[in-house]
Amino acid sequence: MSRIFRPVMLAVFCLALAVPMAWAAPLDAFQGKQGSINIAGGTAHISVMKEAAKRIMTVNTDIRISVAGGGSGLGVQQAGEGLVDIGNAGRPLSPEEVEKYGLVSFAFAIDGVAVVLHPENPVTELTSEQVRDIYAGKITNWNEVGGADRAITLYTRDEASGTREVFDGKMLAKGPVVVSANVVPSNGAMKTSVAQDPGAIGYVGIGHIDTTVKAPTVDGMTPSQENAADGSYTITRKLYMNTKGEPQGVVKDFIDYLYTAEGEEIIRASGYIPTGR
Amino acid sequence: MPGNKDRIAGLLLGTAAATVACAVAAVFGFLFLFALPVFTGGQGLAVLGGTWQPETGQFGILPMLAASVCLALSALALGWPLALGLCCSIRGFVPAPLARLLLALLRGMTAFPTVVYGFAALFLLVPFMREAAGRGSGLCWATAALVLALVALPTMVLVMDAGIQQMERRLHLTGAALGFNRRQILVHLVLPACRGNLSAAAALGFGRAIGDTLIPLMLAGNAPQWPHSVFDSIRSLTAHIGLVLATDTHSAAYGSLFVAGCLLLLVNVAVQLALRALPTKNGSSATYGYGA
Repeated sequence: MSRIFRPVMLAVFCLALAVPMAWAAPLDAFQGKQGSINIAGGTAHISVMKEAAKRIMTVNTDIRISVAGGGSGLGVQQAGEGLVDIGNAGRPLSPEEVEKYGLVSFAFAIDGVAVVLHPENPVTELTSEQVRDIYAGKITNWNEVGGADRAITLYTRDEASGTREVFDGKMLAKGPVVVSANVVPSNGAMKTSVAQDPGAIGYVGIGHIDTTVKAPTVDGMTPSQENAADGSYTITRKLYMNTKGEPQGVVKDFIDYLYTAEGEEIIRASGYIPTGR
Repeated sequence: MPGNKDRIAGLLLGTAAATVACAVAAVFGFLFLFALPVFTGGQGLAVLGGTWQPETGQFGILPMLAASVCLALSALALGWPLALGLCCSIRGFVPAPLARLLLALLRGMTAFPTVVYGFAALFLLVPFMREAAGRGSGLCWATAALVLALVALPTMVLVMDAGIQQMERRLHLTGAALGFNRRQILVHLVLPACRGNLSAAAALGFGRAIGDTLIPLMLAGNAPQWPHSVFDSIRSLTAHIGLVLATDTHSAAYGSLFVAGCLLLLVNVAVQLALRALPTKNGSSATYGYGA
């Protein structure tokens, strides 16, 4: 992964030389410091992490920050084994994980998980019971839920996905998913697949919804970040950063930075709701 | 002192061979060692079952093994004849400039990362396959097999071509003396003499197809079910390892990956050995040398 990010970082460094230094107050914490921060894990976190990393590395070229994906499970595991400084997860840590690895968790944003369909699918509302029946294979044609006569193709996420964990727990109520469902490895791959397939049903973090897919209401709840924040959309989760033990040095500064006004602005711009500390 | 030099060269080559052999043995050893706890840890042979459902404690990886084998064999069935045809075209059935262009193109194709094939196929082939099948998502066995055939093609053509070229040089005079033209020499003398080479190409193509991760991960749909129809979504062992790798390292799901790795290795070794054991015309076994 780092090989891919090296040119990106190089570009950021060059940019730093060209841009006149703008000393925003929250970034003062990084002044005169050096070090590296390796970040991996949940794919929903990447946009926030990258933007924060870019801003920090622009004012301080002595700090190197690498951001990789891999899914929530990988984030927890790699942070626990000391392979990365911050392991991102779109789900809370299990008691076993806290005990085994001694991880400390920092929630910084709320994200909802929404059902997505192909934009040309006429279905605009579903009930959670219908979604459960669709994923269980009891409903197999869109005309059974008020759509066109077309077979439903199912998309789900891999087992390490935090998005899947929220969807399974809160939308499907741990109900079964038929074995023939396609499995995709990231939020981005889900969006690409659903955007292309007229019969598709899938699910992504609300922050990933754009015009290429369409999110129907579920039980009358409209999936949007505002509704996720005020509690009127209930299929939500928090996004966490995890460190092994209390964070130190620039890693602590990085986490603190996301709780400043500027950090919250980055979180909002990525489509999430900041939680504050 | 040529004798001395020979001895040193022999020693160096022997050391190199021993190192590689040790490395391969170590890979085998570690995989088996890591896979062992899965069998001794109370689960027994559950990992060799037919259902993958970690939530309910079922870690059967056999459907993925079947998917891998089906995928690789179908890619080979599509790619190998195509490779042979291309090879024959290059060696005498198309004009020389076109043959050179084809060869250059195939050499270039070996340099393409598979993710490029996967990405292009996602937008071009998948919608086409969805319409062609009239059901499903287009992410299926057939789509992945088509692209895998394309990916394995250059390797197979280049191996075949190297053998044919050498054999052609050897048999050219014999053929000419019999009054054969270039095509007749190719069909009646060179190809039969190259049998070992052709099966080596098949073995390499199979290894390439069964070992590829990105193509099945991006195009086969990854549903952990038994392959029934070519329009079914299936999950290869390689894609399975890629998908499950991110889970907790101490979970049973993670442990089962080592069994998956072992099975992949065993299938590959079995195929290579089987192809090596095939007798060729002159009684020796098929070799990977570019002669025969």
